[in-house]
Amino acid sequence: MKKKGFLALMVVAMVVFLAGCGGSSKEEGGESSVLNAGAGDNATELSYWTFVELHGQHFEKMLEKWNAANPDRQIKLNVTVMPYDDMHNKLSIAVQTGVGAPDIADIELGKFPDFLAGTPQLEPLNDVAEPYKGTVVQSQLDLYSKEGNIYGLSTHVGATVAFYNTEILEQAGVDYKTIVTWDDFKKAGMQVYEKTGKYMGTADTSAIWQESLLLAQQGSDLTDDAGNPKVNSPEMVKALTMLKDLQDNNVISTIAGGQPDTEEAYGEFNSGNYATAFMPLWQMSRYTNYMADLQGKIAIAPLPVFEKGMPRSYGGGGTGTVVTKTAKDVQLAKDFIAYAKLSLDANIEIWNTLGFDPINMSVWDMKDVTHNPENQFVKYFVNNPFDVLNEIKEEIQLIKSTSASPTINNVLCTVTLNEIFEDGKDVQKALDDAQAQIEQELK
Amino acid sequence: MFKNFLYSQKVAPYVFVLPFVLVFLIFWVYPLLSSFGMSFQKVTLGQEAQWVGIDNYTKLMSDTIFFKAVRNSGVYMILTLLILIPFPMLFAVLINNKFMWGREFFKSSFFFPALTSVVVAGTIFRLMFGEMEGSLINSLLGLFGVEPVKFLKGQVTGFIALVALASWRWMGVNMLYFLSGLKNIPDDYYEAASIDGASAFQKFTRITMPLLKPTTIYVLTISIYAGLAMFIESMMLWNGNNSPKNIGLTIVGYLYRQGIEKNNLGYAAAVGIVLLLITMVINLTQLAFSGMFKKED
Repeated sequence: MKKKGFLALMVVAMVVFLAGCGGSSKEEGGESSVLNAGAGDNATELSYWTFVELHGQHFEKMLEKWNAANPDRQIKLNVTVMPYDDMHNKLSIAVQTGVGAPDIADIELGKFPDFLAGTPQLEPLNDVAEPYKGTVVQSQLDLYSKEGNIYGLSTHVGATVAFYNTEILEQAGVDYKTIVTWDDFKKAGMQVYEKTGKYMGTADTSAIWQESLLLAQQGSDLTDDAGNPKVNSPEMVKALTMLKDLQDNNVISTIAGGQPDTEEAYGEFNSGNYATAFMPLWQMSRYTNYMADLQGKIAIAPLPVFEKGMPRSYGGGGTGTVVTKTAKDVQLAKDFIAYAKLSLDANIEIWNTLGFDPINMSVWDMKDVTHNPENQFVKYFVNNPFDVLNEIKEEIQLIKSTSASPTINNVLCTVTLNEIFEDGKDVQKALDDAQAQIEQELK
Repeated sequence: MFKNFLYSQKVAPYVFVLPFVLVFLIFWVYPLLSSFGMSFQKVTLGQEAQWVGIDNYTKLMSDTIFFKAVRNSGVYMILTLLILIPFPMLFAVLINNKFMWGREFFKSSFFFPALTSVVVAGTIFRLMFGEMEGSLINSLLGLFGVEPVKFLKGQVTGFIALVALASWRWMGVNMLYFLSGLKNIPDDYYEAASIDGASAFQKFTRITMPLLKPTTIYVLTISIYAGLAMFIESMMLWNGNNSPKNIGLTIVGYLYRQGIEKNNLGYAAAVGIVLLLITMVINLTQLAFSGMFKKED
């Protein structure tokens, strides 16, 4: 009897345990699915790795159009979604050993320089990008280039904007439209904290969106003209001193997860504990997907600046889609990704499906596309994102991506920002230490 | 001739150990030698390796993050030894006691965590030790009026979570080792001791502990190795290899960061060789002190 009871317990436990495994494998081990999209039997099967599930949805739409338009060059796409670090590490080993790499892959901007080191094991995309030159933003093509060769096709501009929770602001009697400078933001934030006990914004410890946008406003960068790190520049000190002052006045506070684009933070925003996020425009899709409770409450506005007249946005983050040297059919893969990322159709779909600000800026002026009342993003937000985008169109700066960028990012996000915002370490000292650490690591 | 060879009693033993020897040579000796060679090179995958002499080692000696990783691994190892040897031994003795009720239940429930995957367990511990008010540990602390703690952002609190995970997971395994050791101690000794009027505590210190010594040494040796080589627990608890201020970075984590994340395999090989040296020195000293190398009388 005793034995039977134990056996039953074990069986139950195993079932629970295995069920647990099944649920988690999606997140940890990567999930594959083959997109047929109307492809016939003689279609070529290409594999595609990404770290953003939504990107697969965009490719599915584009694939359907491609297969219908090119009956003799049809494609089946085998999509594998893996977690961010995992995918980049696997891809890095695969492309460099020449074994096991997919035909097409997404590489995030922060990791891109690692893939360009030495002789890139990626296919140059100049020939397929050529027809679209002039229609898409040139700096977005340069971002993924090395020595005149384009290796990745960009997904979006990533114009950084402010997302305000108007419900909280109204409770505190703040009108977000009056916030122009950081001083205005501070005053508004103090009022919000006093009236509602909630924080105006986040002090990010695991991402450098805030530092980048503050540097871009001052016309500065994380690296000098030669691409060498300079994270203790006066501009950087000014930026972090300002953020630290906001934190000391309870305007911003650290958030679980360390920055707005994490699962923990979605929860915090969704329950209305923070009123503002300064994020690239692609954060919109995180709102519609993970913060359903905030529908109809979020307004989009240009970023506050130090002084009126400074540029009010910078292009943050990004993903370059690449074709590996070991791809089964290099030309087919190249033609397809150019079609799926650079064509006008693709740029319209990138907005429709993903809610990104497309790199073909003529889409920004297409009222029927950008103001389509059926669009989920148009429905979700208080104001239309493209009204803001067109206002700041000429002010979108860039932060350079150099071979030092991954190291700079790593040191700031693991050590420096935590020291400043969690431990209250002196800004100048923390940044000097960071500079020394980065130089040591790059030796 | 061939038949003779096949049936030869001299050859047979070699044939039988051959699979082991081959596996050992291919998967152990060859990688070890090759990484020893790599530690003197600048290696980037897909490109020609350059010989750089002891550059990697001199760089390692001035690398503060490496020392942070060594310190983390060392502290973790010591904490796990302090918890995962005495307590499993105690529990094993209790469970082995005939008067204990629910023995099978405790045995299986202690062992059960070892069956779960570290990935699942680490993820669940990360949520339990989350910094939000609603996370399990913080809501428990809230019952006692304690403010929410940012467990995974502080050195001490982070290690509490890490050691809690390790203890939860390995307690049962170590307990099984001790249980099997206890089964080998004849009951006669305890009977004789009882007749001589020994107390339960005396029986434990004079009979159980000395006779469990071989088991203890075994558990100690594998625990030292496991402590220094820990990686996945930290990786899952912090959802990646980059914990805030590197509070959860271990030596293997640093090897992974340099070799896989930064593509600097030569430097990573040097980290690996240093880890091997540290582990060997600690374990050989420990084994020498416990008399493992003495010839049995």
